[in-house]
Amino acid sequence: MAEMQRASGTEITTVRRQKPALLKELAKNKVLYLMLLPGLLVLLVNNYLPMFGIVIAFKDYNYAKGFWKSDWVGFNNFEYLFNSKAAFLITRNTILYNVAFIVIAATVAVVLAIIFNELLNRRISKFYQSVMFLPYFFSWVVISYLVFALLSSDMGFVNKILISNGMQPVEWYVDPRFWPLIIILVNTWKWTGYDSIIYLAAIIGFDKSLYEAAAVDGASRFQQITKVMVPMLMPVITVLTLIKVGRIFFTDFGLFFNIPRNSGPLYDVTNVIETYVFRALRQTGDIGMASAAGFYQAVVGFIVVMTANYIVRKIDKDSSLF
Amino acid sequence: MRDFIKINRKADIALNIVMILCTIACVLPLLIVFSASITDEKTVTMYGYSLFPRNLSLEAYKYIYKDIMVILRAYGVTVFVTVVGSALSLVTIALYAYPISRKDFKYRNVFTFIVFLTMLFNGGLVPWYMVYVNVLHIDDTIMALILPYLMTPLYVLIMRTFFMTTIPDGIIEAARIDGAGEFQTFVWIVLPLAKPVLATIGLFNILTYWNDWYAPLLFINNEKLFNLQYLMYRVDKAIIYLSNNAGSINNATQIMANLPSQTARMAMAVVAIGPIILAYPFFQKYFVEGLTIGSIKG
Repeated sequence: MAEMQRASGTEITTVRRQKPALLKELAKNKVLYLMLLPGLLVLLVNNYLPMFGIVIAFKDYNYAKGFWKSDWVGFNNFEYLFNSKAAFLITRNTILYNVAFIVIAATVAVVLAIIFNELLNRRISKFYQSVMFLPYFFSWVVISYLVFALLSSDMGFVNKILISNGMQPVEWYVDPRFWPLIIILVNTWKWTGYDSIIYLAAIIGFDKSLYEAAAVDGASRFQQITKVMVPMLMPVITVLTLIKVGRIFFTDFGLFFNIPRNSGPLYDVTNVIETYVFRALRQTGDIGMASAAGFYQAVVGFIVVMTANYIVRKIDKDSSLF
Repeated sequence: MRDFIKINRKADIALNIVMILCTIACVLPLLIVFSASITDEKTVTMYGYSLFPRNLSLEAYKYIYKDIMVILRAYGVTVFVTVVGSALSLVTIALYAYPISRKDFKYRNVFTFIVFLTMLFNGGLVPWYMVYVNVLHIDDTIMALILPYLMTPLYVLIMRTFFMTTIPDGIIEAARIDGAGEFQTFVWIVLPLAKPVLATIGLFNILTYWNDWYAPLLFINNEKLFNLQYLMYRVDKAIIYLSNNAGSINNATQIMANLPSQTARMAMAVVAIGPIILAYPFFQKYFVEGLTIGSIKG
C-alpha cells in the first residue's frame, strides 16, 4: 500500500515537472543544441522531407496541381511498374552487377593487398599502390572520356588493335553483348586499388610472430599466407562483404549512366534502378513510375540493410552499423 | 640466412611483373587521352587514338583556348563550390558531431539516431528533387551545388567516434572549471585536438565537390553555373549531337571537318584531370590514413 502511494507520488511529480525539465535541459545545454541546429536543418531538407515525400509514389502526380493536391491512386503506379518489362530488368541488373562487384572486391582486391604486402621492395610496393589508387580520384564523367578513347567505334584504341590483328571492329556503344564485362572491368579499374588499401591496412596490423611460428614448423611463405594470413583476414573480408551486400539494391548512378553514354541499345544490360528512376523523372517525365521504382528500392533496400546488419552483428559486434 | 617469413626472389620478380602489368592497365587510358590531346586532328581521325602521338600538334589546346572564358568560368564555379562547400560541410559536421560525442549530453542517442536513420532509409531521387525544386526553389542556384553534400552521415559518425575516443573527458571538464563556455571549449580545446580527422574529412569533402557532376545534371540549366565536370559532360553531349546530325545541318559537315572535336574533347579532359594528378602526390597519404580512420566503427 505504502509502496503504491509512493509510486503514484513520483508519477505525479514527474508529470508536473516534465515540461520545465525539458526547458531546463534546453536552457542548460543551449549552446550544444545550437550547435546541432545547422546539421538538423540540412538533414531535414536532404533526408527527412524526402522521406515523407516518398508517399508521392501513391499519387498521380500532376505538375499543375502540385504535391498536396494531386490525386491519390493507391497502388496504380506500382501495377504499371511491375507489369512492365523494366521492373524485372532493372532489378536483375542491379543485383547481378552488385554480386559481381562484391565477388571481385573480396577476391581480386584481397589478392592485390597480399601482393602489396609481400613485395620485397617497400618503395616499389608503395609506388604500385599509389598508381592503382589513382582511378578512385576520377569522376565518372572523366572516366567516360577515358573509356571512350578506348571504345569509340571509328577511332577507339581497342578497335584499332582489333583491325591491326585482322579482326572485325566492334560497334561498342551499340552492341550490348560485351557490356556486362565492360561495366565490371571499369568498376574494378576504379575501385580495386581503394579496396585493396583497406585490406592492406588490416594485413599490416597482423602479428608477425604467427608467421614465424608457422615458419619454424616448416611452412613455406605461400603456406603462411594461405594458412595463417588469409584465415586472419577472413573476418574483415566477411564484414566488408556483408556491408556491401546490405547495399545490394543500390548502385553507382554515374557508372551506369556515363560509361554507356546513355545509349539506348544498351539499356537492356546497363539499366539499373537509379538510371531508370532518373530517366523516368528527367527524360520521359513519368513521375509515377519514377517514384514507384524509388519507393520499391527504398523499402527493399531497407529490408536488405537490416538483414545484412543483423548477420554482421552475429559475426562481429564491433563491425555492425548498429 | 634466408628470411623465412618473406617470399623468395623468384616469386618477387614474378609478382613485380604482374604488378607492372596492372599499373600499365591503370594508366593506359590516361596516356591515350593525353597522347590524343597533343596529336593533329587529321591524324586522329585517320589512325585513331594511340598510345604514342604521331604528328604533334597543340591545335586542340589552341581550339579550347578560344573558349577559355567558358572553361575559366567553370573552373571558377568548381573552385568556389569546392572551397565554400567543403568548409561549410566540415563546420556543419563538426558542430553536429561534438554534442553527440558528449557522454553528459542527455539526448545524444536521439540525435545520433536522427543521423543514423538516414543511412538506412532514404526517400530516393524523386521526393528529394521535388524538395529542391518545388519547396526550396533552389534549382539553378549555387546552393543546389553545395547543399546536397553538407551532411554525409558516415562522416558525422566517424567524427563523433574520433571525439569520443581521442578527446579525454577530463580536458573538457578542466576547461569548464577554468570558466570556458561550451563553444569556447569546442573551438579552442576540441578542434585543435581533432586536426587529423578534420583534415581527412575535409579532403573527402574536397574530392566530392570537385568531382560533382550529379547536382548540376539535376538542378542546373544556367550555363553560367556549369562547373568543370558538368561542362565536360555537356561538351561531350554537344560533340555527339553535332556528329549525329552532321548531315541534317547546313554546312555542318564542313564545320565538323574543321572542328578538332576529337582532340579538343581529349584536351578538355586533360585540363580537368591535370590538377588532380598534380596534387595527387601531396594528398594521397592523407587519404590512405583517412581510410583507416574510416574503418573505425561509427
